[in-house]
Amino acid sequence: MAGYIVRRLIMALPVLVGVSLITFILLNVVPGDPVLEMMGKHVDPLTLEKVREQLGLNDPLYVQFGRFLFNALRGDLGKSFKTGQPVTQMIMDTFPTTVKLALSSAFVAIVLGITVGIISAVKQYSFFDHAAMITALAGISAPIFWVAVVAQLVFGLQLKWLPISGYSSPKHMILPAVVLGIRFAASIARYTRSAFLEVIRQDFIRTARAKGLAERAVIFGHALKNAMIPVVTIIGMQISGLLTGSLLTETIFAIPGLGRLSIWALSNRDFPLVQGIVLFTAVVFVIGNLIVDISYAFLDPRVRLQ
Amino acid sequence: MKEQVVIEVQDLVKWYPVKVGILQKVAGYVKAVDGVSFSIKRSETLGLVGESGCGKTTTARCMLRLTEPTKGRIFFEGKDIMKFDRESMRKLRPRMQVIFQDPYSSLNPRLTVKEIIGEALTFHGIARGRELEDRVGELLKMVGLSPQHIKRFPHEFSGGQRQRIGIARALATNPDLIVCDEPVSALDVSIQSQILNLLEDLQERLGVSYLFIAHGLNVVKHISHRVGVMYLGKLVEIADSEEIYKNPLHPYTQALISAIPIPDPKRKREKILLEGDVPSPINPPEGCRFWTRCRYVMDICRHEEPELLESAPGHKVACHLYKC
Repeated sequence: MAGYIVRRLIMALPVLVGVSLITFILLNVVPGDPVLEMMGKHVDPLTLEKVREQLGLNDPLYVQFGRFLFNALRGDLGKSFKTGQPVTQMIMDTFPTTVKLALSSAFVAIVLGITVGIISAVKQYSFFDHAAMITALAGISAPIFWVAVVAQLVFGLQLKWLPISGYSSPKHMILPAVVLGIRFAASIARYTRSAFLEVIRQDFIRTARAKGLAERAVIFGHALKNAMIPVVTIIGMQISGLLTGSLLTETIFAIPGLGRLSIWALSNRDFPLVQGIVLFTAVVFVIGNLIVDISYAFLDPRVRLQ
Repeated sequence: MKEQVVIEVQDLVKWYPVKVGILQKVAGYVKAVDGVSFSIKRSETLGLVGESGCGKTTTARCMLRLTEPTKGRIFFEGKDIMKFDRESMRKLRPRMQVIFQDPYSSLNPRLTVKEIIGEALTFHGIARGRELEDRVGELLKMVGLSPQHIKRFPHEFSGGQRQRIGIARALATNPDLIVCDEPVSALDVSIQSQILNLLEDLQERLGVSYLFIAHGLNVVKHISHRVGVMYLGKLVEIADSEEIYKNPLHPYTQALISAIPIPDPKRKREKILLEGDVPSPINPPEGCRFWTRCRYVMDICRHEEPELLESAPGHKVACHLYKC
């Protein structure tokens, strides 16, 4: 197992280098000058040139990229052009907030999604099933910024139950966690339903019923565990996505997390910060996928990690 | 004589509604099983044969109430189990078990052999702990597997071995009746006879009754005391095993028997080829259901449905040819 993890992490290195390279190229291709952005338009060309030299922007691209990689390997992602703070520090300052939002919305998504999925599958074609699946489809299709704004209007402005935005108390987390969570609950519900339907048509479920087990033991003991494998994949990928910050939700609810930091970095052409965030995102995904793969071995005795 | 009967099915019917349109209007019914009656005695094997889709499996599932029948009565040791509520049915289940066709999908891939075989025992409070392990080991030995396999998972076994696990599982609760739903169809020919012999041995030792489903008569011949032939949701002929092979009466049974290969290249037998497909069970032909493919078809067959009548002691057939 330890060997498997180490091997997987080594295999991830080329992925991380590739991601960094693509980001680096894209940043240099898109129009816009980070130094101009930083200093304002009314600076004399000499100063501009000096700052460029200081930041190493005059070096050939491959030198710049090599320097980035070399420093990244030592855990140094450079300094933000805009604030001068170390990028690692900026990421680490905002990451806990994003984690909090991610975990609370994942909680909403998993509990709601799996429950609805199971009931829909067990009562296939019932009124509940139809209603739940239509709602789920709507949940997946509706743009999140729209859902967020509607939620702010209804629960914040009309009913005055919850604060609209900000990040000063646990109460502030409820609305964004639910808005974000419902969206993922919708896809988890649909995956759970279809995985469950496939499993409950198998003979071993009939066998379990023929054994005279209680229906609850059949559903939770036999069906659920077998249906969880595809669902865990989806949940794993979604949590990775949530952990790297939800750009729209964090911006709309003014939550100082990684998502909002990414938007800020992009709009300010803060190259080192963007690079750092992208690399960090890639690392989170690599680890997330690894955890999902390891969890298969626990869910399914047929899977061996090699 | 009466108390020897383990299960009796009377006029069993299972219709599946066919729904159409947005409003899910019922447009008709698939008549999967349409008035089937038979009984099985203690230590007896009743073979049930017929083409795919003729309602054998549905009959068996309805008999166990794994599928709820539309109509009909089922007596298990004289008690009408159609009147049983969920809880009483659940308590009765250990006494009637089932072995499925596909040894791959019939074992939960996530459970060990011990859990698969022992689950019903723990659940119904029959055995636990050391006792459970001993019982599972004993059952494994009974079906020709090693008790050492107790901690393994289904995927570590071959098809034949998995079917043995399925049999051990069915035997765990000491049932009086086991429905074998094509238990050898998915296995290699060499393994098939091993499993059939095993089932026979177990019947001799334990006195269990079988309802044995197969789609060809050759498999059933080996193991059954009596054989019933089904066509399109109806039982068309039922007789002692010997009798039905020597003296098949229904034209459909005759066709099925002529299809059994003879392992002797010199002997020739007239093959009766059935033409056309099985008609749809949504709109079965009026009269006798077999008339569209029958070579002796008469006028009466097209509009009057023949009853299942005794033509010789213990030999019943539903065909107008033998009415008088």
